[in-house]
Amino acid sequence: MAAFNAAVGHVYNPSTKKGGTLRFASTGDWDSLDPADTYYGFSWDFIRLYGRSLTMFAPKPGADGLKLVPDLAESLGVPSDGGKTWTYKIRKGVKFEDGSAITSKDVKYAVERSLDKDTFVNGPTYFNDFLDLQGYTSPYKDSDPNKLGLKAIDTPDDQTIVFHLKSAFGGFDYFAMLPSTIPVPAAKDTGTKYKEHVVSSGPYMFQTNNLGKNFTMVRNPNWDAASDPNRAALPDKIEVALNTNADDVDNRLLANDLDVAVEGTGVQAATQGKILSNPDQKKNADSASLARLWFSVINADVAPLDNIHCRKAIEYAVDHEGYQRAYGGPVGGGDIATNLLPPQIPGAQKIDLYNFGSKPNGDVDSAKQELQQCGQPNGFETNVSYRAERPKEKATAESMQQALQRVGIKLNLKAFPQGDYAKLYAGKPDYAKNNKLGIIIYGWGADWPDGFGFLQQIVDSRVIRAAGGNTNLGIKLPAVDQLIDKALTTTDASARNPIWGEIDKTVMENAEALPGVWAKVLLYRPTTLTNVYVNDGLGGFYDYAWMGVK
Amino acid sequence: MIRYVIRRLLAAVLMLFVVSVVTFAIFFLVPRLAGATADDMASRYAGKTANAAQLHELAQKLGFLDPIYAQYGRFAKAILLGADYNTGPVTVHCPAPCFGYSFLTQNPVWPDLTDRLAVTVSLAIGAAILWAVSGVAVGLLSALRKGSIFDRSAMAIALAGVSLPIFFTGLLSLAIFSYKLHWTAPGGAYTPFTQNPMQWAHDLLLPWVTLAFLFSAAYARLTRAGMLETMGEDYIRTARAKGLPERTVVFRHGLRAAVTPILTIFGLDLGLLLGGAILTESTYSLPGIGKYAVDAIVSNDLPKVLGVTLVGAFFIIFANLVVDLLYAVIDPRVRLA
Repeated sequence: MAAFNAAVGHVYNPSTKKGGTLRFASTGDWDSLDPADTYYGFSWDFIRLYGRSLTMFAPKPGADGLKLVPDLAESLGVPSDGGKTWTYKIRKGVKFEDGSAITSKDVKYAVERSLDKDTFVNGPTYFNDFLDLQGYTSPYKDSDPNKLGLKAIDTPDDQTIVFHLKSAFGGFDYFAMLPSTIPVPAAKDTGTKYKEHVVSSGPYMFQTNNLGKNFTMVRNPNWDAASDPNRAALPDKIEVALNTNADDVDNRLLANDLDVAVEGTGVQAATQGKILSNPDQKKNADSASLARLWFSVINADVAPLDNIHCRKAIEYAVDHEGYQRAYGGPVGGGDIATNLLPPQIPGAQKIDLYNFGSKPNGDVDSAKQELQQCGQPNGFETNVSYRAERPKEKATAESMQQALQRVGIKLNLKAFPQGDYAKLYAGKPDYAKNNKLGIIIYGWGADWPDGFGFLQQIVDSRVIRAAGGNTNLGIKLPAVDQLIDKALTTTDASARNPIWGEIDKTVMENAEALPGVWAKVLLYRPTTLTNVYVNDGLGGFYDYAWMGVK
Repeated sequence: MIRYVIRRLLAAVLMLFVVSVVTFAIFFLVPRLAGATADDMASRYAGKTANAAQLHELAQKLGFLDPIYAQYGRFAKAILLGADYNTGPVTVHCPAPCFGYSFLTQNPVWPDLTDRLAVTVSLAIGAAILWAVSGVAVGLLSALRKGSIFDRSAMAIALAGVSLPIFFTGLLSLAIFSYKLHWTAPGGAYTPFTQNPMQWAHDLLLPWVTLAFLFSAAYARLTRAGMLETMGEDYIRTARAKGLPERTVVFRHGLRAAVTPILTIFGLDLGLLLGGAILTESTYSLPGIGKYAVDAIVSNDLPKVLGVTLVGAFFIIFANLVVDLLYAVIDPRVRLA
């Protein structure tokens, strides 16, 4: 039954019917189709059509999708040495598109090449940061005849692969989910050219690939459904058009001339209004939660915000509905965030220390009390920074300015260019301090929805670099750092996840972050589609590996 | 005449050189003068997790550490002699004319440009024929029937054509003919002429008409004004007095004179369009030079922007050259100027 949000938490139009062509379009281009060189969220979803990593998020709607399941591996990783060593066994009988068997060496080679950040600049660096590299840089500079010289990965036989880390890391199964573990046959590797024809290990392989324009995929005859419980592989063919006009994408979705807007960023603002006001269209739309937070850092380096009570005054005085309106309201923007971790992330607890829920327009009385305790009963003056190219951040700054005025806090708006925001301005500690950036408006999306993927980069004080280019824009709490260390070495997920909730709470108690909105997007699902659901594990995208067409 | 042609050709080459130097300076020198370091320049092409050491290595690989003249020299040399690029395990050769290598897509720019040129040429030439024929015909009829209902309504429509931007008429035409009536492929498509000429024309019909509507309006107004002026000249009266048939008077004596300035503008318009019909290509998602330029600018891919600018400049300079030469043929005084 078509209904608003029918694909959120449920499978819309379940089907096992095979055949047809699934048509995707993108308003831009991929960063790269090469598994070693891609960091776009939609790409990590789509790549599962032509590649199999060791693990993946369960192909299930809603929160069930947050669980990792083995994909190319037979089971999840087996930790030893206190979480410093992780072992996987590759499934038997899995093959590349040319019919050759996939072995542990193909996975090792894939990880090795992903370490070469000179050649593959886009991909994540988790393996660079955590593997015990011992100076290894790239298979292209490797003197080993088989180009398998990396000592941090052992392949004792064709089925077994063992990862050795520098320090214990409990959540290694998340690294095993990264596209970097999708096997690459060394003989077919052409470096930066490999993206022109990635050798498939999944249900589809490339038929044509016109870089920057379009590509098509057809069934991979050597993919065996019996070896793959994670993909339905319903369509016979997949077509992807790139660099398509954004209005055109929306119009074609509404006219059933296109099946999926692959980027998953939701329809344009004008289309959103149209869909929400038309019941016939609204029933084909989903408001999907992203693992993304729009928030601000309250900079304790800038007086008087070095006093916790002054920071708390800001938490109380801000108009939370105003923050939400700035991002497009409850449907296109998202829910009012009361803490950092989005609710769908395992371990997240709902923490509302400053009455965001009961007083969505701000709690002026409590704010004034905090100002008294801070020794600034009449308020103070500080600056708020935002990215000039982002009207939503500007609207947020204006909303804050109005709301804080009610308690005597005067905010001056400071806009900075987006490209250098983290590098030269708000993300450079001495610049932010010297220019008295008291509130820094920002946003953050998780690489994957767990506490480490979401929180570590924005609250661990040890990732702050004096030279700038930071992701943590000023949250420095020793208690948080200690808790992070504890979480990293805890291999049992059920014990680890609550620690991330604890970290979130500690940041909120210290009032160093001002949560704004847990982001949502409005996705449109044409009636041509079957088996549609939003997968929370993938971060709020439709699960492309499971979709079909009527 | 030959000396004139050679002089103009040399000037055109010099102009292209100047354009290339200025464009190169805008993208590679100005940011440095504004305080960006070589590592900052490289950071646009590094992933979001790159650390300082990786940035520096990338800056070295992309050549940002070299002096700016050496960077330009390398760029110019590649155009004339080709260049080699390291893809990791192998080195690929980018044959001349190698208009650089995209830092983002890891592809030489020139094949992309030639590939997209086919689309832009198809679009521009088709639309140009449509607008030239329809614009001149409507202008001619309007001039001959000055003050008639046809004249007034044609000029009103022409005014609308000039005033309405492509992204309005384009989206409107898509809404009606593509999404509602399904006469054309949804949202625009392109099939190469060599693959299927009928489909090629069918796919391009809507963009042609939209683009031609904008331009033909201006041509109709220009032709009308030109014709009205010419038809009032003494030699037209003389031609009529000689007893020439009205057809000969209008076409041989009237239109021929009136159309000369229109030819000039036609050459320039066509040259501009060949450098990329940005709005039309974006509206109809046509993978032409204009769309390529927009995508390159959005993604900050400097070698692509540089390549596309030079191709655009080439067409404008080439069109100017053709117009100048045609002028010289028509009016000998130009040759001596």
